Amino acid sequence: MDFSFMLSAFLRLLPGIPLTLQLAVISIALGITLALFLALLRLSRIKPLEWMARAYVFVFRSTPLLVQIFLVYYGPGQFPALRHSILWPILREPYWCAIIALALNTGAYGSEIIRGGLQSVPHGQVEAARAFGMGRLQIFGRIVLPLAVRQALPAYGNEIILMVKATALGSVITLMEVTGLAAKMISETYRAIEVFVVAGCIYLVINFLVTRLIQLVEHWLSPHLRSAPISTGFEKKVAA
Amino acid sequence: MNDFALFTVFGFGAGGWGPAMSVAAVMTFAVAMTGFAIGAIIGVFGAWAKVAGGGALRAIADGYTTVLRGIPDLLVIYLFYFGSSSVLTPIGRLFGAQGFLSLPSFLAGALAIGIVSGAYHTEVFRGAYKIVSRGEIEAARATGMSPVLAFRRVTGPLTLRFAMPGLGNIWQLVLKESSLVSVTGLVEILRQSEIGAGSLKQPFTFYVAAAILYMLIASASGWALQHVENHLIRGLRRA
Repeated sequence: MDFSFMLSAFLRLLPGIPLTLQLAVISIALGITLALFLALLRLSRIKPLEWMARAYVFVFRSTPLLVQIFLVYYGPGQFPALRHSILWPILREPYWCAIIALALNTGAYGSEIIRGGLQSVPHGQVEAARAFGMGRLQIFGRIVLPLAVRQALPAYGNEIILMVKATALGSVITLMEVTGLAAKMISETYRAIEVFVVAGCIYLVINFLVTRLIQLVEHWLSPHLRSAPISTGFEKKVAA
Repeated sequence: MNDFALFTVFGFGAGGWGPAMSVAAVMTFAVAMTGFAIGAIIGVFGAWAKVAGGGALRAIADGYTTVLRGIPDLLVIYLFYFGSSSVLTPIGRLFGAQGFLSLPSFLAGALAIGIVSGAYHTEVFRGAYKIVSRGEIEAARATGMSPVLAFRRVTGPLTLRFAMPGLGNIWQLVLKESSLVSVTGLVEILRQSEIGAGSLKQPFTFYVAAAILYMLIASASGWALQHVENHLIRGLRRA
């Protein structure tokens, strides 16, 4: 292990972090929207919509993400009509293609997590809300969604970490995020182990911070599960 | 012809891509299976270290599962493919070999997949072992079985039974992960599709075909795994 080399590797991989984070944040945000939409289709009790959501989830969960990325990035080029459409400026950019593919992918996984969360809401809660005279949308916004989010958060946290890892696939379609820079550096220096250690540490730190952030949100969303603070008698007196 | 035509492109006749894609599918299955097996072996040792190991062993196993689940799999594949040459080349020099030596892409890919899935295997086996009721283990010991015999006859099979659903998930994961090995040039489904897409200028057709092949393998193996699981829990009373 050569520490001065590792320091220079770190300095070269550092500029890739913003791109890694951008890919992760944008695709997760789009993916959550899609996931919620799919979960609602799945639970709509309208058969054709339900089957559409099921088919979508099946296709995206049983094919590799890399195939999906290639399909989005290289696939449209086959159709001249698409090449001359207004979509082309987006579809020719590897950045947007990676985000589209990642979002479509995480949407499928996320919809199952959200569905589980929505279904875990006890029926009594909904009945109580209805007894208060709330409308359907009001019940969804005030009762079902908050409870479902709280329930689904730990599983969604795992999905977010998987997505941070998945952004590495962007490097295959020429994006120079952390893994892309690492691969470039490995092929230039042939010192795979040192570069790997540095890149791995960067991902570990990102994922550690993500885990912490999710724990924080979980803590913040579940005040009812915390025990009441015990007075020690030494707190500052708060003016009434 | 630049149309979307799955059946004319993927025929088995002259000029058809059917045979090449079928061979590639077998390669995907082989590399995934090898990786899965390596991962299972690592997982058994990892779970053993976490359940029965001392402080140091447990710390190593914990470190292994934490690290491998926190870094991208693609990075691990790069490590094995390119890293093997920085280890093997000096060894090769020692024995008088010339130039760069590296692991064949199949072995590098299978090892990388194995090391990554080993982390998941470890957790699945550990979780499954924890479900085995203490009473069963005590009963086995009470009838005079040695620890090895008790493991072979009682704990092992029971752990496997409880691990089956988790193992099925890992297999699906590994199958999809095997597509990443294409970056090393191994001609599995995705690499073969890249070759085909390049030569016929029909990327969409070929990647859709790749997706369908993966779905077929995933569905068929999922169905087979369900049967194995049903077989293993045949003695269990359902709630």
